[in-house]
Amino acid sequence: MSAELLGQSRGSSHQGDSLFERSILSLAFVPVGLLLLLVALLWYDAWPALARYGVRFFTTNTWDPVFENFGAAAFIYGTVITSLLGLVIATPLAIGAALFLAAYAPEWLQGPVAFTIELLAAIPSIIYGLWGFFVLAPLMRSTVEPFLKETLGAIPILGALFSGPTIGKDLLTAGLILAIMILPTITSISREVIRSVPDNQREGMLGLGATRFEMIRYAVLPYARPGLIGAAILGLARALGETMAVTMVIGNSSTRITPSLFTPGYTLASVIANQFTEADKEIYFSAIVALSLVLLLVSLVLNVMARVLVARTTRGPLGVRN
Amino acid sequence: MEASTVISLTLGKTDTSLKRRKLVDQIFTILVVLSALIGVAILALLLFYIILRGAPALNVAFFTERPLPYGEPGGGVAPAILGTLQMLAVAALLGIPIGLGTGIYLVEFGHGRFAEAIRFTVDLIAGLPSISVGVFVWSLIVRHVIGNFAGLAGAIALAIIMVPIVARTAEEMLRLVPDTLREASLALGVSRRRTILNVVLPTARTGLVTGTVLALARAGGETAPLLLTALGNQFFNFDLLQPMAALPIQIYNYAVGPYEDWHTKAWGASLVLIGVIATLSLLTRWATSRSSFKAR
Repeated sequence: MSAELLGQSRGSSHQGDSLFERSILSLAFVPVGLLLLLVALLWYDAWPALARYGVRFFTTNTWDPVFENFGAAAFIYGTVITSLLGLVIATPLAIGAALFLAAYAPEWLQGPVAFTIELLAAIPSIIYGLWGFFVLAPLMRSTVEPFLKETLGAIPILGALFSGPTIGKDLLTAGLILAIMILPTITSISREVIRSVPDNQREGMLGLGATRFEMIRYAVLPYARPGLIGAAILGLARALGETMAVTMVIGNSSTRITPSLFTPGYTLASVIANQFTEADKEIYFSAIVALSLVLLLVSLVLNVMARVLVARTTRGPLGVRN
Repeated sequence: MEASTVISLTLGKTDTSLKRRKLVDQIFTILVVLSALIGVAILALLLFYIILRGAPALNVAFFTERPLPYGEPGGGVAPAILGTLQMLAVAALLGIPIGLGTGIYLVEFGHGRFAEAIRFTVDLIAGLPSISVGVFVWSLIVRHVIGNFAGLAGAIALAIIMVPIVARTAEEMLRLVPDTLREASLALGVSRRRTILNVVLPTARTGLVTGTVLALARAGGETAPLLLTALGNQFFNFDLLQPMAALPIQIYNYAVGPYEDWHTKAWGASLVLIGVIATLSLLTRWATSRSSFKAR
């Protein structure tokens, strides 16, 4: 009797199994289909603008919906400058914080500090924007930017970065907000990467009488370098696509390309957020979708690069690197 | 051989003065501690401002009334709170099964290059700029399916943002379930499906809930994709096919508006949003501690 029962249940369960496996498989296919559809649809919608303006779309900086002249150079410039600025400010801080968590902090302090820095990542972009809009930008205009202008502005070539009227809502402030926002991303990945450095590397170095700094400089950082670069690239990718916080502090007014960081500007993402619902003509709409396609492709490429680098460091075989 | 000589041989550097090396080490220590402090200080500063400026906006009307027209004092953000909740609910219905299914596939069925490709795709979706997701959903749903800005389109955008978070945490959590449990269940003649549904998933329940809540918290704060899909609304709306308000959109509109009263409300709405996110996280922690207690 039990054999009969078993046979019966096995028969029905086999059917259930394959049905179950098939439905799980189809769910797992959704992300793949979604990404393909997303890229295809944006490409399709962006094509009219890309075909009409060609290379000019990337090299000119007129953005004139009335006369249908679209060139995104200024937006690309704004995106690159603010993201790089954020990266330059955030990376040393993030690696410092990661080193603190992985090599300096006493055990009881590691958890709370890591949690706090991860909370920074949980705060919505719009709230950074609000804070930047009402707190950071006025502070930049009244105090930080005049100070930078007086001190660094006098240096011959570098000074060009800090010239012109101080407005507060400009490329510099946007870069600073981005630095704050990508800090937790870079910190948490760097921490994982630094932790993956084998203990015997550190111990060997300390055993030779090295100071902690020398241990980090000569045993940890060389081993962790590809992973740290990957972490920075992931931060960069996040900065490129960041929308609301940047939109609120970058000024959204100018299509000029000047060396001064005190210039109000636009990023690709902030143009999309600001003008998408205003696009009243097909070609205008197509041009905005083209911006989002550029943004999408660049961030996809950066993500792929970063993940390869991080995976190689954290999972790679020991002793391959010096 | 003295230690300093060894170091100099190892490093190939000439500077081996112990005093100087110790000084460099101390300076570096200070820099490292400072960078961690800056991270913590930024969070403290943000929370300080949100509470300081947001608290005055909070009263009963803020939670129960709709926004009033330009310049009229009073009113609240109730439609935005309800809109966010409605869209999150629909996004959860769409996003959790897909994310969970993907996670189950990767752990229980997936092998080789095909699974690797799916895992990679999930990572790429997680790295998409959220504004691109908004453009995509507008192009597909708002333009071709519904025909106007709608809460449903917003929910779909949020679901896309949730999928990779749910999938990756589900994968990690399911991997933690010991294989012995699966083997024991299968050895008892239990089918694959029953093993996964009745043994593996319940064991990983807490972790799965955590991942879902993380995804909800992240989606709840998204603004950019909603601007292009749900658009926002000053009125109470329970029709998912019409434009719908959301807290982040409300914060944005209030912040860039000209009135002092609006600015206060923007801070208040931020405080509410942070409060919701914090509550979600705390609930998860509570659920986590409860079920681990049960397991013992």
